[in-house]
Amino acid sequence: MKPVVIVGAGPAGIRAARTLLDHGIRPCLIDENLRAGGQIYRRQPENFRRSARQLYGFEAGKAQAVHHTMDELAGLIDYRPHTLVWNAEDGRLDLLDNGRAQSIEYSRLIVATGATDRILPVPGWTFPGVYSLGAAQIALKYQGCAIGGRVAFCGSGPLLYLVAYQYAQAGAKVVAVLDSAPFSAQCRALPALLRQPLTLAKGMYYRAWLSAHGIPVHQGATLRQIDGDQRVRGIRWGEQSLECDAVAFAHALRSETQLADLLGCEFAWDSLNRAWLPQRDSAGRSSVEAVYLAGDGAGIMGADAAQMAGECAALALLEDAGSTVDQRRREALQKQLASIRRFRQGLETAFPFPEHWAAQAPDELMLCRCEEVSAGAVRAVVDEGHWEINRVKAHCRVGMGRCQGRMCGLAAAEIVAERSGRRIDQVGRLRGQAPIKPLPFGVEVQP
Amino acid sequence: MIDVIVLGGGIVGASAALMLAQKGQRVALVERDFCGSHSSGVNYGGVRRQGRPLHQLPLSQRAHQLWADLPGLIGIDGEYVCCGHLKLARSPADFATLQAYATQTDGFGLDLQLLDQRQLRVRFPWVGDVAVGASLCPEDGHANPRLVSPAFARAAQRLGASVHEQAEVTRIEHDSRQFQVHCANGLHLQAPWLLNCAGAWAGSVAAQFGEPVPITSAHPAMLVTEPLPVVMTVSTGVEGGGIYARQVARGNCILGGGRGFAVDPCRARPGQVAVLEILRNAGELYPFLKGAQAIRTWSGTEGYLPDHEPVIGPSSTQPGLLHGFGFAGAGFQLGPAVGEALAEIVCTGASRQPIEAFSIRRFQA
Repeated sequence: MKPVVIVGAGPAGIRAARTLLDHGIRPCLIDENLRAGGQIYRRQPENFRRSARQLYGFEAGKAQAVHHTMDELAGLIDYRPHTLVWNAEDGRLDLLDNGRAQSIEYSRLIVATGATDRILPVPGWTFPGVYSLGAAQIALKYQGCAIGGRVAFCGSGPLLYLVAYQYAQAGAKVVAVLDSAPFSAQCRALPALLRQPLTLAKGMYYRAWLSAHGIPVHQGATLRQIDGDQRVRGIRWGEQSLECDAVAFAHALRSETQLADLLGCEFAWDSLNRAWLPQRDSAGRSSVEAVYLAGDGAGIMGADAAQMAGECAALALLEDAGSTVDQRRREALQKQLASIRRFRQGLETAFPFPEHWAAQAPDELMLCRCEEVSAGAVRAVVDEGHWEINRVKAHCRVGMGRCQGRMCGLAAAEIVAERSGRRIDQVGRLRGQAPIKPLPFGVEVQP
Repeated sequence: MIDVIVLGGGIVGASAALMLAQKGQRVALVERDFCGSHSSGVNYGGVRRQGRPLHQLPLSQRAHQLWADLPGLIGIDGEYVCCGHLKLARSPADFATLQAYATQTDGFGLDLQLLDQRQLRVRFPWVGDVAVGASLCPEDGHANPRLVSPAFARAAQRLGASVHEQAEVTRIEHDSRQFQVHCANGLHLQAPWLLNCAGAWAGSVAAQFGEPVPITSAHPAMLVTEPLPVVMTVSTGVEGGGIYARQVARGNCILGGGRGFAVDPCRARPGQVAVLEILRNAGELYPFLKGAQAIRTWSGTEGYLPDHEPVIGPSSTQPGLLHGFGFAGAGFQLGPAVGEALAEIVCTGASRQPIEAFSIRRFQA
């Protein structure tokens, strides 16, 4: 019998696995990381001894609950850590595990692939010492390292304040926080944010804590340039500048959708996420039979929502497979998810996408660092009459490199839209191509 | 008023449009998707004469001359390098086949050089020990199909051809005077000449005019590495088939081999079987790839006739209709010469290069 497979052992995938097991189905849980937990509840290496409180702060209880669930599950399900899903084809996932290739057929599949930082490059972003916000957080959470001795946090989104706070708490020197969103936007967003008063309170706490500890927080401050030579030396915004030796920056998160794309899921433009997302019904069913979507990989909603969506998708799967499920439970979850989505709308108001970014990006800005394609090179292709993002990619290599556009694709689309005078949803989306991440020559193939 | 409607913005159709425009014809080029976005734009990029059947060589030699002045023709160099094509033999029998081919093609101007194992080691030390000999065609080479094929359409446009992209043809009629072409986007064109250069999708046009052909689609499996130190000085292939590879100036190696599959009538993927075969087996031919990583794979949709020869030339049923399709994955190099041959038929009634072997009549009992 083909197993039910879950891809991604973050909050969504773990909850989905728990739900399936509770209903008598033993799933296969595949995860790229060495240890389960996903990004937000990423676990430290086994021999590290920091407390949950130190690692996860207010979220310590939730993190411990997720880890506890996973520890219980690990022996009861087919758990495959450190395994990359690099392709999907014909009812089968192709895997890479320590240089060995193998594949697994599934009867049904839950895709919970999570998210990465949304990057809007600025001049100097390729200097050593520049990290995405998520990467800066991983360095701290996983390995107990800071990315520098004097760190500036820039961009926008809730993660900005959280990571700055975590760095300062851990004893790192935070020289400044630059939030591109103006204070007025956050005021406008208040009514919607009050739907999740606890989450709002935590956000305000981080912000207040930073100020109370003398860390300058600049709102409506857009990072203009990162200065440096061999590595970061400082940042500039407006008419101001500051010395630092490391920068963490991002503008919120983006969903990891390549697997859904390779599975043939239909995508639709989502204005809230300002991204093309795989379509799902309110229970998490994708457009492809037997494929379900849960968590941030299908639209950014955060860890609490990911857990609910993971459970929802598992319940939908069970129902489709002929099991009886608790309808009231499912309805309650869907109701909560709808409420979180409205909160998410509030967050988008509080931390609006910097619409002016594309127009202000200088021609010499390196947009695609893998293929070394500048904003000007992309604009030159647009000026030749191209406007569809895959055609622009074909002509100037943007998004063709090692990251396959996961880092630069959204920024490239913004440049193409701005230059061609089209709306961002009119320039198409980069088609996913296997492998989702690089594959080595000499791979050992297992039958 | 237009003289010629060209169906298909691949390298054949766009070359025909360019050559016709050069000769003063009023041309409309109609492309369902974007010009050069299907097999013309996503193929391996080999610009190769070596290995072709003898009756393709006159066209291929003419194409070689046209490629020599690519910037003059299309305004860009298209990363075309005339660096040589090395066909490797993995056995003495394969080497004998290469020797026989060199003898047969003597006089066509390929200037093939046969290298025994020792000569191969000296000249191309990066080739794996599995090769026992090789045949070098020193003036073959490779180019970037993503850039070259669309540039033919742009060049035609600059000379006055009207280029209609994202125009899917829904209906074609001949009203005893002219062809009437209707597209889904409302575009309506009419002209006395119609060129069917619609690649893997050309069969329906031929069938509509009462001359069906047994065309099928196939899908190459292609992949590219991250940039590596430049070691490959020539484009390579293997006698009898298998993996083929080239390295671009940026350092990325492009490898092909095996077949992919169709996702739908317009899109294809290389498939995990073929990709893993390349990753497993490339090392014996190209040992320097050890430790490298493949970052992207792709495929396309290529038209194949059972004899792996294209259809080029006039319709057998409908005056004014010309065909140029079904290049069996080997049309990129030939494209400009085929476009020129079709343009010559329109303007003078005959192609200067012999194309009788490619007549559509060969499928009529």
